[in-house]
Amino acid sequence: MASITFIDYQGEKRTVEGANGLSVMEVAVGNGVPGIDADCGGACACATCHVYVNEEFLGKLQPQDDMEISMLEFAENIKSNSRLACQIKISDEIDGLIVTTPESQH
Amino acid sequence: MDLSDAQSIVVVGGGQAGAQAAFSLRQGGYKYKLTILCEEAHLPYQRPPLSKAYLQGDLDGERLFLKPANWYSKNNVELKFGSRVVTIDRSTNTVQCEDGFQIRYDALILATGSKPRKLKVAGSNLKHIYELRGIEDADLLKKVALPEKRLLIVGAGYIGLEVAATAIKLGLDVTVIEMAERVLERVTAPIMSAFFTRVHQQNGVKILTNTTLSHFEGHCGDVSMAVFADGSKIPCDLVLVGIGIIPDTELASDAGIACNNGITVDRNTRTNDPRIFAVGDNTNRPLVHYGRKGRLESVHNAIEQGKLAASAILGSNRPVEDCPWFWSDQYDVKLQIAGLSQGYDEYVVRGNNKSAKFAVFYFRNGRLISTDAINSPAEFLVSKKLIISGVNVVSSELEDTSKTMKEILNNYTI
Repeated sequence: MASITFIDYQGEKRTVEGANGLSVMEVAVGNGVPGIDADCGGACACATCHVYVNEEFLGKLQPQDDMEISMLEFAENIKSNSRLACQIKISDEIDGLIVTTPESQH
Repeated sequence: MDLSDAQSIVVVGGGQAGAQAAFSLRQGGYKYKLTILCEEAHLPYQRPPLSKAYLQGDLDGERLFLKPANWYSKNNVELKFGSRVVTIDRSTNTVQCEDGFQIRYDALILATGSKPRKLKVAGSNLKHIYELRGIEDADLLKKVALPEKRLLIVGAGYIGLEVAATAIKLGLDVTVIEMAERVLERVTAPIMSAFFTRVHQQNGVKILTNTTLSHFEGHCGDVSMAVFADGSKIPCDLVLVGIGIIPDTELASDAGIACNNGITVDRNTRTNDPRIFAVGDNTNRPLVHYGRKGRLESVHNAIEQGKLAASAILGSNRPVEDCPWFWSDQYDVKLQIAGLSQGYDEYVVRGNNKSAKFAVFYFRNGRLISTDAINSPAEFLVSKKLIISGVNVVSSELEDTSKTMKEILNNYTI
């Protein structure tokens, strides 16, 4: 179980709990957190669940695979802390994770 | 027609397209009555996992839902389950359900989806012949998809091949039969068909093409044998039929709404009745990057048209049409498709098609129209951008793997 805080592009914060094994994208969708579209439902096929991860958590996440790296390379408004939320799995280690959602996923 | 003062919007169908229309209406600030009439008994859910993770047992039902139940109550969206709409009365702007329920609309969104095409051969009504469209179909199949069972899959399209990959992982004995001369014939080039045939064969799936199914034989009411026109037979315990879908247009055509291989809609998903919109698999829509109309069976289309219908009704900024895109996961292979390859006159391959990472680019009259990318997301994403831009792309450049896709993209001003 981990508590995750989503901050939208206007600075509004929402903190929700996520069960281990789910993805950060699923936790957002399941709690009606806006700003994450997840068109493909988590298949790492669309890059519409792009988030910016708070720097202090970057090292605690499972590393990106080639698929995610390539998908992000061509997404809009990429930064060094960009990740796809569908590829971040919830675990106790990431309790307190803070992510910011971009203004648009398209 | 200006519908921005609509007091009642009714969505017929709670699939991905209908649900998206409702999401986008609320997101866009629509405040009045919003009703989704769902024939199924589930919250709107994603269909793609039904042939993959859900069938495999890796994903429980709740994880299929597009939004949690409380989203609908919080946002005052009424979901009426088990509601099969039987008529639209355009003179009174009313729809009527089978159970007698009636509702008035100021704007109506038809998201009736599609139905699996039925096999017409004798014996098709035997027990243990399945189709796969909804959660119930997947649940039925999941229950019987046990190790060692002999599964015969009729049709080597995406559904058939995805189920084959899942069933092999579950330990079934799997045979895929296809009428055409190769798998995925309708959607892809021979080189791609050869790749998928090889991958499936390596994983233990038997694939038979150019087959003409004659009929099924049964034993005590259960299917036991597929018999072919040439007299050959394949014994089986289970059959999955995946031979395409037919758009569900009956409700619309009965109401006099123009249909032609789908409900005819404009770029804003409006039908020939200005109060009635149609979204999803069941529409024949302008394909703006191709200068023609067509039907798209995809998540991209469902979401895009849902958003377009909402913006048309609200009179808000419309999203720009994306290049059609699709994906399929089979074993460790992720296929991502940008655009539509129908009518291609040339194709080039980037990478080694004997490996599990390459892409096929399709051209028509010198223009890039589509890309099939195998475990190659950069090729997929760059292709989308190139197709949308309409620039003339030099095919030999795409073959040149000494340049990255980013470098290739940067050669073009888009």
